[in-house]
Amino acid sequence: MKKPEKELTIEQKIKRRNFISFTVFGACAVGAYEGWRWLYKSPDEAAGITAGAHRPLRRALNKTEIFFRRLTFSENHLVKTYPKEMAAKVVRHNSDIGSAGKLPPENWKLQVKKSTGEVLQITLDEIMALPKTEIIYDFKCVEGWDQISHWGGVKFADFIKHFGLEKESKMEYVGLETPDKKYYVGIDMPSAMHPQTLLAYEVNEKPLNGNHGQPLRLIIPVKYGIKNLKRIGTMTFSNTRPRDYWAEQGYDYYSGL
Amino acid sequence: MRWTHWVNFPILTIMIWSGMLIYWANDEYSVTLFGHTFVRFFPDWYYNLLHIPQRLAEGMAFHFLFMWFFTLNGFFYILYSIISGEWRYLLPNRRSFKEAWLVLLHDLHIRKTAPPQGKYNAAQRIAYTAIIVMGLGSVITGLAIYKPVQFYYLTWICGGYHLARIWHFVLTIGYVLFFLVHIIQVILAGWNNFRSVISGFEVIEETPQPAIETNNEDEKA
Repeated sequence: MKKPEKELTIEQKIKRRNFISFTVFGACAVGAYEGWRWLYKSPDEAAGITAGAHRPLRRALNKTEIFFRRLTFSENHLVKTYPKEMAAKVVRHNSDIGSAGKLPPENWKLQVKKSTGEVLQITLDEIMALPKTEIIYDFKCVEGWDQISHWGGVKFADFIKHFGLEKESKMEYVGLETPDKKYYVGIDMPSAMHPQTLLAYEVNEKPLNGNHGQPLRLIIPVKYGIKNLKRIGTMTFSNTRPRDYWAEQGYDYYSGL
Repeated sequence: MRWTHWVNFPILTIMIWSGMLIYWANDEYSVTLFGHTFVRFFPDWYYNLLHIPQRLAEGMAFHFLFMWFFTLNGFFYILYSIISGEWRYLLPNRRSFKEAWLVLLHDLHIRKTAPPQGKYNAAQRIAYTAIIVMGLGSVITGLAIYKPVQFYYLTWICGGYHLARIWHFVLTIGYVLFFLVHIIQVILAGWNNFRSVISGFEVIEETPQPAIETNNEDEKA
């Protein structure tokens, strides 16, 4: 025979509800902790174009890139520019991997690999013959510092047009490397073709010196400093991500601003 | 309501920790008045204690994943507050600012009686609304330094990139201070109150004598 079910007393109801609540709470806390352990201990991604990040975090970085690229990137969004007086007289120098020492322009040629396999050899004089564009903007480093600096050079988009690289510019990425191949970056084409992206040969209205990527460097205001490669040696085009120095060390490939 | 509160705790902890991994790479902030530096964020022993140095890339990767959860959680909280009508208990009203002062005096044992209150007292209304506004501020200043070109208008609102990073940092310090006061208050409020934040109800012992209940924080009335 079954015992007739008794109505629970208030006291019992309170106990029961508290018990359930605390059990659920405890289970969620344990679950959250385990989830965190899993993420924190998750192995690094397999080394490739990107490396050095936890595998789930790299996936998140790539997904986040797609979100912000699709939703917010526009070539009409321009970086803020400043009057010339506000530009720093001493431009901060963080690193010169791949661009140490001097490289006089006469010993240098920019090598551009076309999709036909042909390699253009371009001198600095040819580049300087193109219309000059100047920009004074707040340069931003991934470390967190920023500095207003003044650069002069040729717009990347003008360069593409002048040297007949329209077909290449329909590809998804441009890859830049220093002559010694020690530093290299990959840039998505919309950012490269952004109207404020320069192939710069001047800083503070003087030719680039050894510290700042003599004789020609990239100035790309829609990216962190790590993408602003100094001393461009070669330029390539591809539909897959070109290798990138800092993306191999755990940083976001896109690094867009 | 309770859920978002508890979800927020680990997320905010992770955001602050990964934020410190990022901040370390350019740790230039300090509190200096008249040439005397009172606090430097942060001393070396502090970094070493928490294993912070040389983890910028890792910090960014964590920060840019958990920013989604932080934002979504805050979004759900605000959405729920609006739909359920609970914002009425939470938003400060005309009397709140005056009453909050009385609550403060009461809490500091300067004044004997506290003003009558509903679910939250006046000081709580102000503090808990402020923390939500701060959360929104962290999202806005965060976006302003994360995508300063695409969200140029947010960066402009924050007074530029450089200042936006400072606001973002100051808000974080604000959370830590809030947390300290919050914990002290929770301990003082006692176990019954804490239990209610987990289970959703509070047990009030009904006694025959007429009692004035001043500490009624029942979540689900």
